[in-house]
Amino acid sequence: MKRFLLPLVGFALLVVVLVVGLRHAPEKGIIVSPLLGKAAPGFTLPDLMDGKQSVSSQSLQHQWYVFNVWGTWCAACREEHSALLAIKALHQVPIIGMDWKDEDSAALAWLSELGNPYDRVATDRDGLAAIDWGVYGAPETFLVNDAGIVLHKHVGAMSLDVWQQEFVPLLPKTAATPTGAGS
Amino acid sequence: MKTAVVAGALCTLLLGFANAWAVDNTPDLPDARLQQRYEGLIHELRCVQCQNEAIADSTVNLAADLRLRVHDLILAGKSDDEIRDYMVARYGDFILLRPRMTARTAWLWAAPGLLLLGGAFVAVSVLRRRSQLPIEDDPRD
Repeated sequence: MKRFLLPLVGFALLVVVLVVGLRHAPEKGIIVSPLLGKAAPGFTLPDLMDGKQSVSSQSLQHQWYVFNVWGTWCAACREEHSALLAIKALHQVPIIGMDWKDEDSAALAWLSELGNPYDRVATDRDGLAAIDWGVYGAPETFLVNDAGIVLHKHVGAMSLDVWQQEFVPLLPKTAATPTGAGS
Repeated sequence: MKTAVVAGALCTLLLGFANAWAVDNTPDLPDARLQQRYEGLIHELRCVQCQNEAIADSTVNLAADLRLRVHDLILAGKSDDEIRDYMVARYGDFILLRPRMTARTAWLWAAPGLLLLGGAFVAVSVLRRRSQLPIEDDPRD
């Protein structure tokens, strides 16, 4: 009886390792951002609506915001667009867009065709700001709090479900109730 | 004579194509030593978008951006370690194709040695037990 004990324990350990591996398999493609819990990267980028203006991390200080990285060349961005519009309609947190490696004219046409969910849109033509945010595939959506700390990152298309499950619980109570929209 | 000329022309043409197909379009660095560091770094940074290639071998846009970033950081006088830190701060340890020795990755490095030790322990204890079995035990019955 005793001689089976050791192999059995070994087998049980192997099963545990494999089950944990299988459970995590769907998340394997997702890189956990080292930015979580740290200060959001500083940036100053041209404003899509008016190239003479800029959108900067400084102008977003002391407020909560959602930072959504998108591009007109990105299929999943089209897929998530209606969800972003619906989130905007909740008036919980302003959404700042960053148009990543894109043509301004294409981006403007996209927003006038599909609607504009963004409070401001920054344009990252050379992709440098995207590297600072650790972006590796659009769309990516971050949540930044009023102390400038990155609280959450979602990789892939946003949906109302993702918003309710992953973002809303992190919001302060005042913002989570639909009328408390910050400026 | 004529065939040699044609063959030569074809070779030049093919070499030209090979150049056009090269993945890396980042401008060369001004000095061979810097260029060598650049080549080294782009081979040890993972293309985070495609995940199983180095940025040196990837045609993805982001890989080109990261190569340019490495190029510019070398030009700005950053050391290899500073450039690795820069990438890890943004993309995490995952971007290094050769994982670093840290508290979190220590078990990765230790695992082969530990497994080998475990195997050796099992082998030795089995052999010991066998050698202690009474000899009459086997052939006659």
